[in-house]
Amino acid sequence: MRLELTINGAVRALTVEPLARLLDVLREDLVLTGTKEGCGEGECGACAVLIDGQLVNSCLVPACQVAGASVVTVEGLSSLDGTLTPLQRCFVERGGAQCGICTPGMIVAGHCFLESGAEATDAAVREAIAGNLCRCTGYAKIVESIVRVAQEKRG
Amino acid sequence: MKHAEIEPKTVGHSPPRKDGADKVTGRARYLDDLAFPGQLWGRTVRSQVPHGRIRAVEFDPRFDWSGIVRVTAADIPGDNVVHLIEDDQPMLAHDLVRHREEPIALLACADRERLEQALLHVRVAIEPLAAVLDPLLSTHVFKSYRIESGEIGPAFKDPSLRVIEGTYRVGHQEQMYIEPNAICAVPRDDGGVTIYGSMQCPFYIHRGLQRLLKLTDAQIAVIQVVTGGGFGGKEDYPTVLAGHAALLARKAGRPVKMIYKREEDVAATTKRHPAVLRYRSAVKPDGEFVACEIDVVMDGGAYVTLSPVVASRGVLHASGAYRWPNARIDCRVVQTHTPPNGAFRGFGVPQTLFACEAQVEKIAFELGLDPLAVRRKNALVVGDVLPTGQKLTESVSALPVLEAAAARSGYAAKRSAPPGTGRKRRGIGLSLSLHGAGFTGSGEAKLKSRAGLELLPSGVRVLSASTDIGQGTITIFAQLAADELGLPLSAVEVAINDTSRVPDSGPTVASRTAMVVGGTIARAAQAMARVLQGYAAELHGVPASEVECRGGIFARREQALAPFETIARRYLADRGPLLCIEQHEMPPGVQWDDAAYRGSAYPCYAWAATAVTLEVDLDTFEIALLDLVTASEIGKAIHPVLAEGQIEGGTVQALGYALLEEHVWEDGRLLNTRMQNYLIPTALDVPPMATILLENPYSRGPHGAKGLGELPMDGPAPAVAAAVLHAIGKLIPELPISPERVMRALHAT
Repeated sequence: MRLELTINGAVRALTVEPLARLLDVLREDLVLTGTKEGCGEGECGACAVLIDGQLVNSCLVPACQVAGASVVTVEGLSSLDGTLTPLQRCFVERGGAQCGICTPGMIVAGHCFLESGAEATDAAVREAIAGNLCRCTGYAKIVESIVRVAQEKRG
Repeated sequence: MKHAEIEPKTVGHSPPRKDGADKVTGRARYLDDLAFPGQLWGRTVRSQVPHGRIRAVEFDPRFDWSGIVRVTAADIPGDNVVHLIEDDQPMLAHDLVRHREEPIALLACADRERLEQALLHVRVAIEPLAAVLDPLLSTHVFKSYRIESGEIGPAFKDPSLRVIEGTYRVGHQEQMYIEPNAICAVPRDDGGVTIYGSMQCPFYIHRGLQRLLKLTDAQIAVIQVVTGGGFGGKEDYPTVLAGHAALLARKAGRPVKMIYKREEDVAATTKRHPAVLRYRSAVKPDGEFVACEIDVVMDGGAYVTLSPVVASRGVLHASGAYRWPNARIDCRVVQTHTPPNGAFRGFGVPQTLFACEAQVEKIAFELGLDPLAVRRKNALVVGDVLPTGQKLTESVSALPVLEAAAARSGYAAKRSAPPGTGRKRRGIGLSLSLHGAGFTGSGEAKLKSRAGLELLPSGVRVLSASTDIGQGTITIFAQLAADELGLPLSAVEVAINDTSRVPDSGPTVASRTAMVVGGTIARAAQAMARVLQGYAAELHGVPASEVECRGGIFARREQALAPFETIARRYLADRGPLLCIEQHEMPPGVQWDDAAYRGSAYPCYAWAATAVTLEVDLDTFEIALLDLVTASEIGKAIHPVLAEGQIEGGTVQALGYALLEEHVWEDGRLLNTRMQNYLIPTALDVPPMATILLENPYSRGPHGAKGLGELPMDGPAPAVAAAVLHAIGKLIPELPISPERVMRALHAT
């Protein structure tokens, strides 16, 4: 099928299998390899992206479902000039990334939470990233990174 | 330039990790992100029978096999073995199969859907044989050890002593790195092969392929790409996957990528060894330890793999961080017809320290003593001797970590508070652990690992085969080199980990990277600094002893002479390449006798205490963690943020081991192979954690650093068991401490 959608702000038209996973369309057709596959069954969150602002595991979404939608990946949340966003900078400074394979999903989930405007309590941040598994960090420094950005934003 | 203006040294500070920016932007390329022109996908045909004799491997003649590459054991040009400690494991089974996931044939195809279809058209006929699935019933012993000191007999007959007995059980644990095992093999014009992949130990693969494919050293290059977690699970298993991918790639004449699906990775790759551990202790009524008798049986699975060294490390830690004047410790690791077990952070110690610490709780409980007081009375101090005969001479911190964790957790007050009478019962528990740094026994002496630096026009490049699998290797190596050379961190790069370009600094395992390889790199950097100081002094006609580089500027006392780059460029033009490679030197006096199994098994130990506060729900039997404190003495934190990250991450893996992670088996088949049914902790399962780092420098570690990667895996499970005992009066001797086990314990009486 012919698929038209907005990827990281740009309108793109592709020819895909209707039931191709959005994850594969992103990684293979669009070469946006920042989105990772950890389990293929919606458990780990390494493939998390935003679809019309909602946090979604792209391994569970058939391509036909995103026709006309706006999809944002970790690449879309990064500056074009290579400078880090406040959330990315906090992850690097505070140890929020170790092996890094869950990190793109964590950045997307963290961004989604920060955009929601909810108060960045420890519990609220943990809830916001509960669908993203990390086996390296024990989550403490990820939670800390997101809380710190929220504090910086508030001033 | 004044020295005061110069950038401070980096060790002990936490500069941004070198690979951080790539990882947070999605730019970091893992194996699955790399494109190889003309690449095929590879898949594995497996036994499906736990033990049996292969009668036939048939490729369905009605299926269209065009474009599909098929490999069986007959295609192996060299030795059909997975090279490690013993040669018992075939790369592809051809006669007997000894576990359900045993690889028998390999397929490759450009089209993934056709490849899946093809897999369904391979028929393997196997005549089943009796399978041994219970390690206690196995008569095939891979390796056994005995440690003996003093004489235990009299103590167990002494009527003035109390004898306490306990049997403890732990099951498999899956590493569950978020990136599954992944390798791509690329055939070369010289008949060799280049391997790209997710791995901990590039030289393991290098040696494995030499034997499997009958190739020379120069015909193989193994290149580690960004690796999405390992935890031991990518220590030896990637040798199997690289062997398979290489066999397919050479037959196809095209690159072959093999990336396990999650279910296959969980089912087929190595896990933590299950164990049954019997403890018998003779103690004085006041809690002083007199004698222990310990018997450990570990389940090695179908092949030897790393079992002898896992069991060795396990048994060497089985008596814990305590003085035992008399001890007899036995361990055997046996074969069962299940997939081989292997390395997982802690490497035998989480099993034995769970049992040891649970036994300490039992001793205190039965004597009516406070378990912290019992630990204080028996904890190792400088001058004490371990059951192996090793005298502890420095950097011993069992008591300081205990006191730090007790104080921060409010142990005394929580311990004396009643657990409550309602539905939720509160408890606090402590554990004490030690973890030997570096390879066990004579490992480092045999390995003679090498690492070093090369001079670049703009700085230096670190050369080692030690992999960064998330723990921060490349950042701390750069810090160590930068400080010795007086360079800013940005002037130090770390070489791509390619076996054709870097010296063999040994595998990335055993809490050895910072202490052993980091120490070697620091020495190489000192050697290079001396050469360059001499050269700069000569150029400027000043005494070499007065020249040093700070902040990237060579200076004589307060007087700047030239930037590092100027000296480096002139040196390279004048004298040619400068390569400084050092070999690890064993600390004097650290000796191990393999035959007698006595001596200093480790040059030093890291120490930790863990305190857990929790609540047990008497209606649902669920356990809610309320807070957790770790106090860890690691010699010196080279990078405190990374060190804390290691401790927090290891602690949470250990909480999974304590409370959640359990494998379910049926006839040698693993039933829960998905993240959906093998649960690891989420952010919501983790309580607030306080991470205390204590420093007690080890004289032979770089800046005093000891190994720390595995230490945090040891303490949390027994601390949880101790807290549950405090809350409900029942010691649960088995992991994980699931609601089902809590229920059975409460209803047992």
